[in-house]
Amino acid sequence: MAHIPLPEDLPGISGAFVFRPETAKPMRELAHILLHEPNSLTPGERELIATYVSSQNDCYFCQTSHGAAAASHLGGDEVVRLVKTDYESSPVSPKLKALLAIAGKVQRDGKLVTAEDVERARREGASDVEIHDTVLIAAAFCMYNRYVDGLDTWQPRETGMYAQMGQHLAKQGYLKSSR
Amino acid sequence: MPHISLPESQPGIRGAMSFRPETARPLNDLVEVLLRAPNSLSPGERELIATYVSYLNDCHYCQSIHGAIAAAHLDGDEELVRGVKADFQYAGISEKLKTLLIIASKVQRGGKHVTTEDVTNARNLGATDVEIHDTVLIAAAFCMYNRYVDGLATVQPRDEAMYRERGKMVARDGYVNVSKTYLPAEPTKP
Repeated sequence: MAHIPLPEDLPGISGAFVFRPETAKPMRELAHILLHEPNSLTPGERELIATYVSSQNDCYFCQTSHGAAAASHLGGDEVVRLVKTDYESSPVSPKLKALLAIAGKVQRDGKLVTAEDVERARREGASDVEIHDTVLIAAAFCMYNRYVDGLDTWQPRETGMYAQMGQHLAKQGYLKSSR
Repeated sequence: MPHISLPESQPGIRGAMSFRPETARPLNDLVEVLLRAPNSLSPGERELIATYVSYLNDCHYCQSIHGAIAAAHLDGDEELVRGVKADFQYAGISEKLKTLLIIASKVQRGGKHVTTEDVTNARNLGATDVEIHDTVLIAAAFCMYNRYVDGLATVQPRDEAMYRERGKMVARDGYVNVSKTYLPAEPTKP
């Protein structure tokens, strides 16, 4: 049971969003801009960064729902699984690998990101906005993950539900609830 | 030097937010609701939670500016802010706030560290569900803001007077107001 009375039928962050709509609004807008709006990084790439960080933070709901959104964008979940296990040997672009290295550092502590990490991303063609957005996606998921786990939200183990949620997120984005 | 080309005149998160106004808007709106909008926790109490989490994350800019904003809300009591950072159990704050700071510090390490007992202790001292919710989200949000500020290697001046002055201004005018110079225009209401 969650630490505070959240709506019972809404899993993960959805219940917390309904409990406190005032904070849900900017949190939804932030996710929508970072993951869904037009960007030189594809939505699939950005969802992979979100999924990877959520997996490093061991947040079941976030890594499963964003993993499903990534899979929906990318047409399959194999690459999602490989990125979580070992992104350096996964079939993503060298640029995305460099950005995932930055995201992995931000997940632990922003100060761990080095000039060399940023240089590597630039060498692989990353722009300033892409580097900025990678840092902010990683930082933001350190918030979403802690929010979801810190309230002890309901995180069902039903892969079907997440696949459906992932398709909805991939199509509609984050501004409105899927229900 | 910052990792990307941020406007030189703006320290800390302000440089990052003026670089990317689209994300600056929800980042500002969130902090405004969490730390300033009417709430049964005072702005000073909420700023202390933000300061404490930023201190645990070792983010110089965030702990200095939010410490200064907290002090401005608390009649300029910088000693209290220092006391909370050093050992909040001995600081001159309410017992309820102490239990909320315990929850915040657990969230800082990882949300799953928060136990039913932590929440019961806060409730027994009068914390409401919204206060517990907001404490968790303030702590979580500062794990974002801190990483954003440090992860881009933003400029973080070692100038207490600068933070003190800015802290008074933010405490008086609010986050959205002081950031208007680089925030995108308000969407027109239908």
